[in-house]
Amino acid sequence: MTPAARNHRRAALQIVLAELRESLFMALDAIRAHKLRSSLTLLGVLIGVFSIIAVMTALRVMQRNVERELSQLGAHSFMAHKFPAMMFQGRPNWWAYRQRKDITYAMANEVVRRATLPTAVGIEAVFWGGQVESRFASTAPNVQLYGETPGSFPVRNWTVAEGRSLNDSDVEDSRDVTVIGASLARTVFPFGDALGQSLKLNGIHYTVIGVLESRGGGAESDQENIAIVPLTTGLDRFGRWHRSLNVLVQADGADRYEDTVDEVTGILRVLRKVPPGADNDFEITSNDSLIAQFNQFTRAVRLGVAVVSSIALLAAGIGIMNIMLVSVTERTREIGVRRAVGAKKRNVMTQFIAEAVVLCQVGGLIGVALGLIGGNVAGVLLKLPLVLPLDWVVLGLVICSVVGVVFGTYPAWRAANLDPVESLRYE
Amino acid sequence: MSAPLIHLESISRRYQMGGETIHALREVSLRINRGEYVAIMGPSGSGKSTLMNLIGCLDTPTSGRYFLNGTDVSHMDDNRLAEVRNREIGFVFQTFNLLPRSSALHNVELPLIYAGLSAEQRRGIALQAIRDVGLEDRMHHKPNELSGGQRQRVAVARALVNKPSILLADEPTGNLDSKTGEEIMALFENLSRRGNTIILVTHEEDIARHARRILRIRDGLIASDESREPLHETAG
Ligand SMILES: Nc1ncnc2c1ncn2[C@@H]1O[C@H](COP(=O)(O)OP(=O)(O)O)[C@@H](O)[C@H]1O
Ligand SMILES: [Mg+2]
Repeated sequence: MTPAARNHRRAALQIVLAELRESLFMALDAIRAHKLRSSLTLLGVLIGVFSIIAVMTALRVMQRNVERELSQLGAHSFMAHKFPAMMFQGRPNWWAYRQRKDITYAMANEVVRRATLPTAVGIEAVFWGGQVESRFASTAPNVQLYGETPGSFPVRNWTVAEGRSLNDSDVEDSRDVTVIGASLARTVFPFGDALGQSLKLNGIHYTVIGVLESRGGGAESDQENIAIVPLTTGLDRFGRWHRSLNVLVQADGADRYEDTVDEVTGILRVLRKVPPGADNDFEITSNDSLIAQFNQFTRAVRLGVAVVSSIALLAAGIGIMNIMLVSVTERTREIGVRRAVGAKKRNVMTQFIAEAVVLCQVGGLIGVALGLIGGNVAGVLLKLPLVLPLDWVVLGLVICSVVGVVFGTYPAWRAANLDPVESLRYE
Repeated sequence: MSAPLIHLESISRRYQMGGETIHALREVSLRINRGEYVAIMGPSGSGKSTLMNLIGCLDTPTSGRYFLNGTDVSHMDDNRLAEVRNREIGFVFQTFNLLPRSSALHNVELPLIYAGLSAEQRRGIALQAIRDVGLEDRMHHKPNELSGGQRQRVAVARALVNKPSILLADEPTGNLDSKTGEEIMALFENLSRRGNTIILVTHEEDIARHARRILRIRDGLIASDESREPLHETAG
């Protein structure tokens, strides 16, 4: 590049920088001058961006949840339970699900006894989480407590790294023993050697007989911050009344999977006296069914968001155009002055488009902030880690800019094509 | 003799109003040399502003040719004209035409923005220009915090900040009382003495007397063109 060309480039850049600065001030000025109209318009942008960000954040939170569910089941495994894993098949009839019979311990044991195809069947209860104390440390009250039988371990994809797993006599005798997750072990036994130590959980002491192997990778610490006790011990302590259990089943390879699902489904239908031809009064959840459900749900939600935010942004865009046209009229003289001191049409044009974009970005940034908060509320309720969907934040702000450019172009064009002499005389 | 700074050759400017044609300027020819101090006088509607806008490259003639510094600018496109205005012309208006929400300093910087100077360069040059009109202690004030005379001085600083070839002033004292008007004229006097080319529109004889050449316009024609001894040419 020749020095002249470089100078020329630098000059052009300086003009753009100055224009952006001018536009920022002009935009803030326009907002200040027309508070009501600006806030209504910004509200439109805000709703548009908010709905995108909030829903996408919430979806991502749920996706984490689904992934967590998925990674909790081993290969060729499924789970029979009373409530759907996720309530988003588009018919939120919680009441109908509540009316279903619980899967009792007796019923689950009967499944274990009758099923011939599975390689492993476990019975599980999920108890409320709580605080765990050792003589070294205590945790936050967020440890998940499971009651399990020995068959649950392969289905849950749990391998014991140290010590031993639960055995049948632990369950039969309702022993006060526990197998703990790797992350819990790190917290309460910072010096290692958890085996044989005592742990206090909801006021009762349990002896640690095993520590699970860490799976490593992503959100492992959350899934490994768990304590597992014999199912019967848990049921005795926390009650059997109104408690529905999960039946965890692992098939002998992919080709036996369908048959195994059919067998377990059949047994449960008989035990629960479901009339022939009626729907199951329980759920079968596998990785595949979760993924399918979730994808179907996601598609519907995305479509809804696209519609809502498009309408909001269209309305906002028209508002932006209106504000900008007023701004151009009010600044007619200013435009004349700028043209007189050497502004080209395209300088005026970019300045006004930039003003529209800045205007949109003000609403957009607020929308992003509120959207992140709103979307993460779901995560907080589900006790999931916070999510920052950077890609959607960027996309939301890009969409804002596009709205600004699209709806700012006509006013900017009007501004740029004002006759300098006329605009200087404008009263 | 070198080429004149401004050379108008049979310039006409017509406006179409309904079915009627208004002849704002009729085949005006005119030469103005570098360093001249010219006053344009004439009754309202005679075409003074039209002539100023043409000389200032804000407007283009319907017919005729205009050479500025030897370059034909009568058929330049809009972008080139903007560059010419930025480099060669400084405008001072009757109504000041400052940006109302910007400080005096920022108003003075404005032409430098479109010259593509960096923020620091702009600041330095604008500061000097505002010092030259004696307003450095007011440079952060908004126009509505300044008196009429101060506003017009800011406008003069803005007009001069790019070191233009021509200073064009359309009734610069029209909105000022006579005392402040005289102050602005003294400023012009000073600029003229330092070699600036000034063209001034006025309908007041008192103001016109400051110039060394007076053009009188009537109905879009130059009625008279007289050079004269300036009023305040004090010895020394
Ligand atoms: N944009 C325009 N459209 C129509 N007529 C115009 C326009 N601008 C100026 N004129 C006419 O041209 C003539 C000269 O105007 P102007 O140069 O403004 O006069 P002055 O400045 O001497 O008062 C007037 O008759 C005026 O009405
Ligand atoms: Mg006039």
